[in-house]
Amino acid sequence: MKLNISTAPHIHASYSTQSIMRDVLIALLPTTVVGVYLFGLNAALHVLVGIAGAVISELLFQKIAKKNVRINDLSAAVTGLLLALNMPAAAPWWVTLIGSVFAIVIVKQLFGGIGDNFLNPALAARAVLLASWPAHMTSFTLPTMFSGADAVSSATSLAGAEFSIMDMFLGNIPGTIGEVSKVAIILGFIYLLVRKVIGLHIPIVMLGVLAASSFIFGDGSGAFTGDPLMAVLSGGALFGAVFMATDYTTSPMTKKGQIIYAAGCGLLVAVIRSYGSYSEGVTYAILIMNIVTPLIDKYVKPKRYGEVKQNA
Amino acid sequence: MLPKRTFRGGIHPLGSSGGSKKPTKGKKIVEFTPESVVIPMAMHMGAPSKPIVKKGDKVKKGQLIGEPVGFLGVAVHSSVSGEVIAIEKRMQLGATQCDCVVINNDFADDWVELSGHGNVEACDPDVVVPSVKEAGICGEGGAAFPTHIKLSVPSGKKCDTVIINGAECETYMTCDHRLMLEEPGRIIDGLRAVMRAVDAQKGIIAIEDNKRDAIAAMRETARGRIGVSVEVLKAKYPQGSEKQIIQAVCGREVPTGGLPIDVGAIVLNASTAASIADAVIYGIPLISRVVTVTGSVKSPANLRVPIGTIVEDMVSACDGYVTDPKKIIMGGAMTGLCAYDHSVSVTKGTGGVVIFDEHMPEHREESPCIRCGKCVDVCPVRLNPYLIRKYIDKNDLKAAEDEHVMDCLLCGSCSYACPSYRFLNGFFKIAKERIAKARKG
Repeated sequence: MKLNISTAPHIHASYSTQSIMRDVLIALLPTTVVGVYLFGLNAALHVLVGIAGAVISELLFQKIAKKNVRINDLSAAVTGLLLALNMPAAAPWWVTLIGSVFAIVIVKQLFGGIGDNFLNPALAARAVLLASWPAHMTSFTLPTMFSGADAVSSATSLAGAEFSIMDMFLGNIPGTIGEVSKVAIILGFIYLLVRKVIGLHIPIVMLGVLAASSFIFGDGSGAFTGDPLMAVLSGGALFGAVFMATDYTTSPMTKKGQIIYAAGCGLLVAVIRSYGSYSEGVTYAILIMNIVTPLIDKYVKPKRYGEVKQNA
Repeated sequence: MLPKRTFRGGIHPLGSSGGSKKPTKGKKIVEFTPESVVIPMAMHMGAPSKPIVKKGDKVKKGQLIGEPVGFLGVAVHSSVSGEVIAIEKRMQLGATQCDCVVINNDFADDWVELSGHGNVEACDPDVVVPSVKEAGICGEGGAAFPTHIKLSVPSGKKCDTVIINGAECETYMTCDHRLMLEEPGRIIDGLRAVMRAVDAQKGIIAIEDNKRDAIAAMRETARGRIGVSVEVLKAKYPQGSEKQIIQAVCGREVPTGGLPIDVGAIVLNASTAASIADAVIYGIPLISRVVTVTGSVKSPANLRVPIGTIVEDMVSACDGYVTDPKKIIMGGAMTGLCAYDHSVSVTKGTGGVVIFDEHMPEHREESPCIRCGKCVDVCPVRLNPYLIRKYIDKNDLKAAEDEHVMDCLLCGSCSYACPSYRFLNGFFKIAKERIAKARKG
């Protein structure tokens, strides 16, 4: 009789890193499909280039560095897709390619690979692209599906243009490929909640604090005049709150820490939007809070069982 | 309905419905007596007992065959009547060898003379602890801590609540469930004996809400017994951990490094309580117990077997293996130890034997931590398992100690929940042992 010997536990939860990443890809599917539908084939090209660039650069890096090839964990695919969905459809495809390679090689792998990066790779890459090709990264067009065959350049709501609440929900607004349709993002959000990949607290706290502080900071005509709903529906706030701020690796480990972090994200978005020279603030807000995460983890620790004074 | 009592953290292994218990939770306790028993001298925490019989001796059922050694020593008795055919080192759990007394059963059921103290409500409370010591009782929930020491309240301490642990949160096992359902009177007698011995006012039988029939049976039997009540716990692992059950039932936390008695509580497993009743009332030593035999066997069952019955015999009593066994777990799937072979014996702390075949959960290589925070979420002690593992990887035991690895219960919830399949509690066990050794100097 040949028996296996191993340490307990002898059973395991039914999920794995791979299944969690697969769930994130599935959750991103609605907004990806709607993005391609709205912005046309160029959006599809960004998605393909983003995923391929991220997965292939991770594969090559791990081969060259003689590390275990871990592309099967699907985390590179998630990073590539997230980056693509953060691109304006009108941007050239090679910008996405550069971004995805940067995200994987510089932000993720050079810092130790999955779990060791201190910044969200897709967001860090987007920040670099914004600084390097500002014109490409901010040339937003109205979705071709609504405006006719030709893409029409347009300012976003954050840059002063006005859109109806309904258009902002469905996605008939200029913006990046993945951020425009709130309905599609909410579908993905619900899927992630049902699958217990993420909890409610990070997105809700981030958006709640954003809404409240946007109201307080005002719309330029004084304090307490802001529109909280527009603040949440504009730009990448919802997409960032659901898919970016909830990244495991770059958010704190405890619930309490995550709430502090999410509140910081929401507040910083409002501050950058209201007082910064750049109209959209989600990318930088989350990146700044990524940097604060180790500090939060250091000071916010759960209270241990039995951590009480002995009854002397 | 009263709010269910619980603790913070924890998991629902194999689903909250407790599906792993299904094959045996409806199975009545069946007596099974093998042709021979292999009784290990090391069945309890503490030094192995010293065999006092020799090859060829005729022994009676219940006869002392192993004398306790040292402070944590526990007496060992023959679980059958018959002839000692060998006293030799045999491999037992944890791949360690220990002295075992092998006895051929003559099926005469010839008992030693027993002397008990009768009714637990009427006997002198001071006879309880000596009776328990003589009966060789140690915790039957798994840790096998000598019960007479647990019941000896140090001077200056006071026990106000005795908790009977009927949580049985471990996967697969239903032996305590069946015992509570079929023999509730024994458990309550044991509880009352202990309450009187330590002068506790409250006796609480704590049972998880997935054992409705056992709750009803215990409530019915507890009626009219002084200070005894039944509390319903939320089914969650590791609810049956001593510290977690105290938290759920009393709302008290045992201070770090302390014992339950520091917060006025004593926790006893349901089977242990039944054995205490037998010892006090009739003078019967702990020589048999109920074991859930389940998994890949043809007829999963709850068997009452003599201590020292080997796995192979129990599997035969369950009509054999379904197919080639690939893993034999002594205990449940969350904390059980792997047997190296089916010749290992049932000890006083063995409540389950789980057989896995080729359909067992696959072994996966661990992958890097993705900082998902699940281990922190599920830890019932609220440690930072990811961080402790990181320090152990760096061989920095000091840092692991500062992160309170010594408080770890080794419940395995973190390893169960980790999406990267990382070894967490396995490493913590080694770290704890090394730190404990270093502390001793």
